[in-house]
Amino acid sequence: MIGPRSGSTWQGYAFVGPFVALYCFLLIYPLFMGIEISFNRADLFGNREFVGLENYRRLFADPIFHQAVATTFKLTLLIVPTLTVITLLLALALNRATRTAGVLRGVFFSSSVLSVTILTLIWRFVLTPDAGLIAKLLGVFGWEPIPFLSDPDLTVPALAIATVWWSLGLPMMLFLAGLQQIPGDIYEAAALDRASRWTTFWKVTLPSLRGVLILVIMLQTAAQLQIFGQAQLLTSGGPSGRSRPIVLYIYELAFGRWELGYAIAAAEVLFLLVLVITALQYWAVSRTKADR
Amino acid sequence: MSRGRDRISPVALVGLLIGAAIMVAPLVWTLLLSLKSNSELMRDSAAAFSPPYTLENYHAILAASLVPRWLLNSLIVSLGTTAGVLILCSLAGYGFARLQFPFRRTLLALVLIGLAIPEQAVILPRHQLFAQLGLHNSYPGLMLPGLVAPFGVFFMTQYFRAIPVELDEAAMLDGASRFTLFWKVLLPLTLPAQATLGVFTFLGSWNDYWWPLISATTSDRFTLTVGLASSQMNYAQTSGLGFLMAQAVFASIPILVVYVLFQKQIVRAMAGAAVR
Repeated sequence: MIGPRSGSTWQGYAFVGPFVALYCFLLIYPLFMGIEISFNRADLFGNREFVGLENYRRLFADPIFHQAVATTFKLTLLIVPTLTVITLLLALALNRATRTAGVLRGVFFSSSVLSVTILTLIWRFVLTPDAGLIAKLLGVFGWEPIPFLSDPDLTVPALAIATVWWSLGLPMMLFLAGLQQIPGDIYEAAALDRASRWTTFWKVTLPSLRGVLILVIMLQTAAQLQIFGQAQLLTSGGPSGRSRPIVLYIYELAFGRWELGYAIAAAEVLFLLVLVITALQYWAVSRTKADR
Repeated sequence: MSRGRDRISPVALVGLLIGAAIMVAPLVWTLLLSLKSNSELMRDSAAAFSPPYTLENYHAILAASLVPRWLLNSLIVSLGTTAGVLILCSLAGYGFARLQFPFRRTLLALVLIGLAIPEQAVILPRHQLFAQLGLHNSYPGLMLPGLVAPFGVFFMTQYFRAIPVELDEAAMLDGASRFTLFWKVLLPLTLPAQATLGVFTFLGSWNDYWWPLISATTSDRFTLTVGLASSQMNYAQTSGLGFLMAQAVFASIPILVVYVLFQKQIVRAMAGAAVR
């Protein structure tokens, strides 16, 4: 058969083969390899001893792991709603063709092209009490510097602030793209009905942005549950582990204590958490959709 | 809806300007610090607010530090990863969109499952695997994990599917081979998609931290992200504040250039993601 949607078997495999082979070798294989190692007492150097569910049992009794899970949830709950509301407001304000709006879109997006190490370099010297920008500005008024990076109650909010500053770009762009998709005649109809701006927002704009809103919340939740670099570099998880998220704990277990099996077990639990939480969000949303 | 042409209301404008100041202030502060001598900053970092300014920290970076080496490593790894992703994803995208072969659907489904697997679930076993293969502290070792881009395959498959099949039929009637058809006829049509996927892969690879952190352990193999992390970890003993901030500025220049040059692709890619 000679048709554009045909081709012989070997041709098909020649085209998809290279990617699929690499994909299986570097993603699927490590995935199962990880599950297997998590049932072993294993170190970084290949020593293994099968211990069944021992690593998982240890995790559920490990107070440091509990603390890391709590810290991760705290960070996620601080960052995701704040980020969602701010970027939605930014998109609503900047969804216009003026020059000012264009420049401001660029400004709010710019931070998101920076790497996490540049982010933390910048924010370390904004936040640190001895040399930081905030301390110097407070000093102008004769106020005491705030120990953002050492006060146990301030490290988590400090990480959240730096992360929000860093992450505005993508959700803002997503919301802007969503706003562009709303047909203009809906607004004309709303104007004919003499709907107030407030009503128009709640009855027209927000429902039309539903899809984007879900996408933003799910993407950000999955990203923040895996927060790592900021915590490692800005606070090292301290003081006394109060700002240590799960991935930082995994890193410390594997490369600080060489407990590879235990670290991978923690990573599998995190994997499950991310899957379950994003699936729950999706389920909750699709259910409310069915109700209407 | 076309973008509104009305001006931003005064209340919103005040809020936006405050927000913009918060966005810009840390960047300006970093730039000012990088332009001051280290000894002056040692006494009081507030010196950054007033002249004299100097380029000595930038000279120090170029003259005697590993930063240019890290920059080179980052360029090699990011460009290599980007080229690899574009080649692999274009081939696979075309295969999945246009060819018939056993297990096509199964394989595509398998690849799409990859979209739901976070890096955390594979990064440590992958580290073991690369140790066994002796791939750590090498360019292939840094690049290979980035080549596994299920999103890229999904993206390219969608793009090839959107191209009318009549084009293929016409080319086949002219006697073009399967590969000529792919290379000469269809691939040029996917250039916008290549640009979008390329920019995103480059940004992601350039800014990647977790993998190079554990794979590159000797300082001459560091990428910029890992190198800057190591500088800030032990900055107390070695470099001064001004020098450190000059590193941050120096390291952000290439990526800001990419951002300015490819703004359109970035925005278009976001728009595409939102429509889905």
